[in-house]
Amino acid sequence: MADTIPSPIDGALTAPARRGVRSRRGPLALVLRTVVVLYLFFLVAWPVSLVVQRAFAPTGGQPGGIGPLWERLTDPAAVYAFYLTLTVSFWAVVINTIFGVGISLLLVRHRFPGRRVLSVLIDLPMSVSPVVVGLALVLTYSTSLGIFGDVLQTTGLRIINSTPGLIMATAFVSLPLVIREVIPVLEEVGEDAETAARSLGANGWQTFWRITLPMIKWAVVYGVVLSAARAIGEYGAVRIVSRGAEFNGETATLLIQNEYGAFNEAAAYAAAFVLVVLAVLALVVVTVLRPQESHRS
Amino acid sequence: MNGITTARPDAAPAAPSRPRRRARRSTLTRASGVGLGLAVVWFSLLVLIPLAAVVIAAAEGGWDTFVGTITDGDTAAAIRLTVVEAALVTVVNVVMGTVIAWVLVRDTFPGKRVLEVVIDLPFALPTIVAGLVLLSLYGPDSPVGVNLVNSRQGIFLALLFVTLPFVVRTVQPVLLELDADVEEAAASLGASRATTFRRIILPALAPAITAGASLAFARAISEFGSLVLIAGNQPRNTEVASLKILKYIEGDQQAAAASVAVLLLLVAVLVIVALDLISRRVAARG
Repeated sequence: MADTIPSPIDGALTAPARRGVRSRRGPLALVLRTVVVLYLFFLVAWPVSLVVQRAFAPTGGQPGGIGPLWERLTDPAAVYAFYLTLTVSFWAVVINTIFGVGISLLLVRHRFPGRRVLSVLIDLPMSVSPVVVGLALVLTYSTSLGIFGDVLQTTGLRIINSTPGLIMATAFVSLPLVIREVIPVLEEVGEDAETAARSLGANGWQTFWRITLPMIKWAVVYGVVLSAARAIGEYGAVRIVSRGAEFNGETATLLIQNEYGAFNEAAAYAAAFVLVVLAVLALVVVTVLRPQESHRS
Repeated sequence: MNGITTARPDAAPAAPSRPRRRARRSTLTRASGVGLGLAVVWFSLLVLIPLAAVVIAAAEGGWDTFVGTITDGDTAAAIRLTVVEAALVTVVNVVMGTVIAWVLVRDTFPGKRVLEVVIDLPFALPTIVAGLVLLSLYGPDSPVGVNLVNSRQGIFLALLFVTLPFVVRTVQPVLLELDADVEEAAASLGASRATTFRRIILPALAPAITAGASLAFARAISEFGSLVLIAGNQPRNTEVASLKILKYIEGDQQAAAASVAVLLLLVAVLVIVALDLISRRVAARG
């Protein structure tokens, strides 16, 4: 069809990869390229840029510009929301990192009954609907109707409608992210260095800190960035386990929902702008880290 | 954010990299045994017991109550709408995702790297922000005069947005590794480009497309955040399963919420099992 140029095949045979690709260019390629660019422009690029634009533009009768945007973001309710989001995300990421590195080591370096089941189950949290995550935690930890309700009632520990619940919901939805990054790297680097260290008299702890951790360092960082981005942006699960009222369990994402629902669009766009910036930042960090990972092998 | 790395059916965590010398036997030391115990306890408290609680809550009323709940008019309509929309979105993703992956791998043009970032944005953005993002172009103040709030088209669009990267990111690596030689050979033997695509490229991509499609379908079925602002939540019209669950929870009908939730859980488990099977088949083929 498009191969009307003389000898595209000969050229391809002498230098398969590059020439072969080049010979494929034709009207069809141009059509596909246009379709893809338009699709992504209308579905993603334009809407996202509009949100950024609206954060700075005068919205709903309120003035635009950097000053008013800053004011909306330093409003006490917004500050509370972002602070809560950061606190919750911090603890969720810390928990997921420790748990993730530990379970990755166990799954890769050890054999035990139930190992395969565990490695499949580990992936489950990311496929569960956020609402179901919230519901599951409520049905387990709510003092009134949870399985552990009575126990929690007697100890006076509140999980649902309080920060521990938010942390659990956030940790749940981002649980596999560190593990998914660390496991392939652990498998790739093998056990030789660790065995050598141990044969030279290093104990388990020393082997981990001096040998294993430096080898998986970038995978851990990568997983942490992904977890943090996911944690900061979590909405569905958090909505169910939190009261979500102003100064009372309202995270950044819940703030956006509440403000938008209260026709205070300017505040919603301002908070959304911050989250968009954080998301893009995470993407950039992830893209910068990627090559490092492939270099190592 | 989940899928930037989800999209690797070939990297199932279970694949043992070392020859199994003493399979079946435990190699745990005492310290790692304690570690495993702690990890399993935490995992149970966080994930397994809560998910079991959902199943228990759904089962408590017995089979008839469960069936009664999910076949009740509004709920059945919500489930049907969710499945239909998710299926449609998956079909569009299979076609567009493959085309996008194709363009990203085989085409070169200025600005291609920007597209790479644009594709990951839907995963990176919080779902509530995704809803707001779409509202800014396709909502009440739309600069192009299109208002999809409270409509099924709005749901479709939101699902299309959040599932965008799945097929692209599963197909892309496979396409990158696909040997151009085979295509050239087919072409030199007289195969048309359509035939080459159908007989050579498509079979090689099929497992990746299937994996991406399953992920997209599962995500679409369970999507919540991006739909909250856009769907409008009208019973029997624009109410999807996840928002129906929310309504049940807010109405203190936890058992009914759990019944619908169990359906969503089932889909999630099925997809995980399917992906595991696909990745093992691919691994077995080498």
